[in-house]
Amino acid sequence: MKGRLALASAQLSVNAAGIMATRAQTLYEKIWDAHVVERRDDGTCLVYIDRHLVHEVTSPQAFEGLRASGRPVRRPELTLAVPDHNLPTTPRVDAAGQLLPIADPESAQQLDALRRNTAEFGIDYIDATAAEQGIVHVVGPELGFTLPGTTLVCGDSHTSAHGALGALAFGIGTSEVEHVLATQTLLLSPSKTMEVRVDGTLGFGVSAKDVILAIIGKIGAAGGTGHVIEYTGEVIRALSVEGRLTIANMSIEGGARAGLIAPDETTFAYLKGRPMAPQGEDWERAVAWWRTLATDPGATYDQVVTLHASDIAPALTWGTSPEDVVPITGAVPAPDSFADPAKREAAQKSLDYMGLAPGTRMQDVAIQHVFIGSCTNSRIEDLRAAAAVADGRRVADGVRAMVVPGSGLVKRQAEAEGLDRVFTAAGFEWREPGCSMCLAMNPDKVPPGERCASTSNRNFVGRQGPGARTHLVSPAMAAAAAVTGRLSDVRDLMGGGTR
Amino acid sequence: MQPVTRVEGRAYPWGAKNIDTDVIIPAHWLKTITRSGLGRGAFETVRKQPGNIFDDPRYVGAPILIAGDNFGCGSSREHAAWALADMGIRAVIAPSFSDIFSGNAFKNGIVPVVLPQAAIDRLLVAAQDGEVTVDLETMTATTAYQDRFPFHLDAFRRQCLMEGLDEVGLTLARDTAISKFEGAMARHRPWIEGRSRYAGVAVEGGRRT
Ligand code: SF4
Repeated sequence: MKGRLALASAQLSVNAAGIMATRAQTLYEKIWDAHVVERRDDGTCLVYIDRHLVHEVTSPQAFEGLRASGRPVRRPELTLAVPDHNLPTTPRVDAAGQLLPIADPESAQQLDALRRNTAEFGIDYIDATAAEQGIVHVVGPELGFTLPGTTLVCGDSHTSAHGALGALAFGIGTSEVEHVLATQTLLLSPSKTMEVRVDGTLGFGVSAKDVILAIIGKIGAAGGTGHVIEYTGEVIRALSVEGRLTIANMSIEGGARAGLIAPDETTFAYLKGRPMAPQGEDWERAVAWWRTLATDPGATYDQVVTLHASDIAPALTWGTSPEDVVPITGAVPAPDSFADPAKREAAQKSLDYMGLAPGTRMQDVAIQHVFIGSCTNSRIEDLRAAAAVADGRRVADGVRAMVVPGSGLVKRQAEAEGLDRVFTAAGFEWREPGCSMCLAMNPDKVPPGERCASTSNRNFVGRQGPGARTHLVSPAMAAAAAVTGRLSDVRDLMGGGTR
Repeated sequence: MQPVTRVEGRAYPWGAKNIDTDVIIPAHWLKTITRSGLGRGAFETVRKQPGNIFDDPRYVGAPILIAGDNFGCGSSREHAAWALADMGIRAVIAPSFSDIFSGNAFKNGIVPVVLPQAAIDRLLVAAQDGEVTVDLETMTATTAYQDRFPFHLDAFRRQCLMEGLDEVGLTLARDTAISKFEGAMARHRPWIEGRSRYAGVAVEGGRRT
């Protein structure tokens, strides 16, 4: 009976291209079908791209290509550009409102190229000095540029973040950036689907970051290869859009092309009234369609992985792959504890690089840097969580801690709530928005051999600077590390703290 | 793009797994605004180590790289493919590739050849003193020792590689279909193209200090 009902409801779904679906479908399949322009015999499809985000690092060669072939941008209104990777996070204008120069000539050149290219091709560009500037993956959702049921791409692997709102969003290379600019389409093969279901209710002190670290620890850094993950279950449903963005953001660290979360009332409430979101009658029509997107009962995935919230603790990484995850109560693993010889060798290399001995308790590891920021964890909720731990405490001696809001709008909101004062009173640096210490492309770097508790998404060798050692953590755990000077269990500082 | 039908020559018998794009080309090399010259930064951290495979006189300039699982994982930077191309690599053989990297490789005339681990193990030995050939016509990888490993390539991508086709040009030829889709979209999802443009006025004050 249940199956027949499910089939009936699936048969009623009409996708946005006006095509009637005849079988139970997943969220991914529905979005895919609504965007197929043409299907080839070999199964690859020409897929329409609704939204395109551009930043300064991966776009110059794409514009260069257009210019060389004399091609225009097909639909400039579907693209939005904002600089983020190269920008220093120090003030951008002086007290008199004069623009401050960017010291690194190569960064300045890339930033200039973005400004010139977007002007030449008629693309909306958010300048480094604008209130809305920020990390491209924070800006898109925040302005309502990112919408459920859209296809969204950007020349950046963490584009997967936008899947938190139910957009099929993924990173592309520069040639594909050029392809989208010229044709508003991409030639793609369908991905396999993987459901990652997280049941239960998160425990005290456990955040969205801990959930995604636990997921990657479970499936492995290549576990999602060839798949689009759909995150489901009570834990995901209970998360805010901010928390969902943290989860979908790191889909790529689990090897997946994209991560999706079905749009629901939480999503609609988040988007309503955002400057670039649909309004009036368009809003009503859009929501009506978005409601039909959730995976039909009875639809199947190529793979299903389940986790239970009661097994997820505040977590962090010990090595140089995002799959190297342990709970904060755990210890550095011994390389011979891995059955796979390749993993054993990789673990040994990781430990040498990280300067850690097997068996060391994670909580005994001292850190010198704390970075709260990046497109994974720089939204207002992240800053609130970190500030709650920092409030009334002091950054430990010998620790440099910085907070980098994900966008100018987040920064303003935080300042309106007084979070900046909480951070600065505790000895954190409060900086301008950008990618900052997430990757070693701008002046914010971790010096060689030094150790950083970071809310970013990659702990690769050299990611935060040559020789830098990274432990991925949640914002609250990062703040806890800042005030204790070592990797710490945030639960010890919550509620029963020294305040 | 130059057509590629066959890649023949020495191969770096590396075999390393999970080589991410930060290893292929570190982030500080991404500040360029052109596609060329990145070969100098390719595998920079690996090349700092004495006795590394890329500076081994037996392999310098080899057109083929043999790697382990999950080659090209990490960021979407196409600079990884440009760097490999600039150092003369035309084919990478590995048990698996990251999705984004293999797309980028194709678009830059680099053949990502997927072979099972057993074949890789054999190639790692054979490549130490002999040449390897990747043939797109027959879709095989062969060695000087009569080894012969068939591989699979997506038919369209294979054609693009072999004929050196420009993908943007090919898609632009489908203009009528794209316009037709846009027409349907305007009816069914009008909010997609009707978005509010950015005017810098989303927030009071507009500018930040
Ligand atoms: S914050 Fe980090 S991961 Fe996110 S877009 Fe910037 S560099 Fe990439």
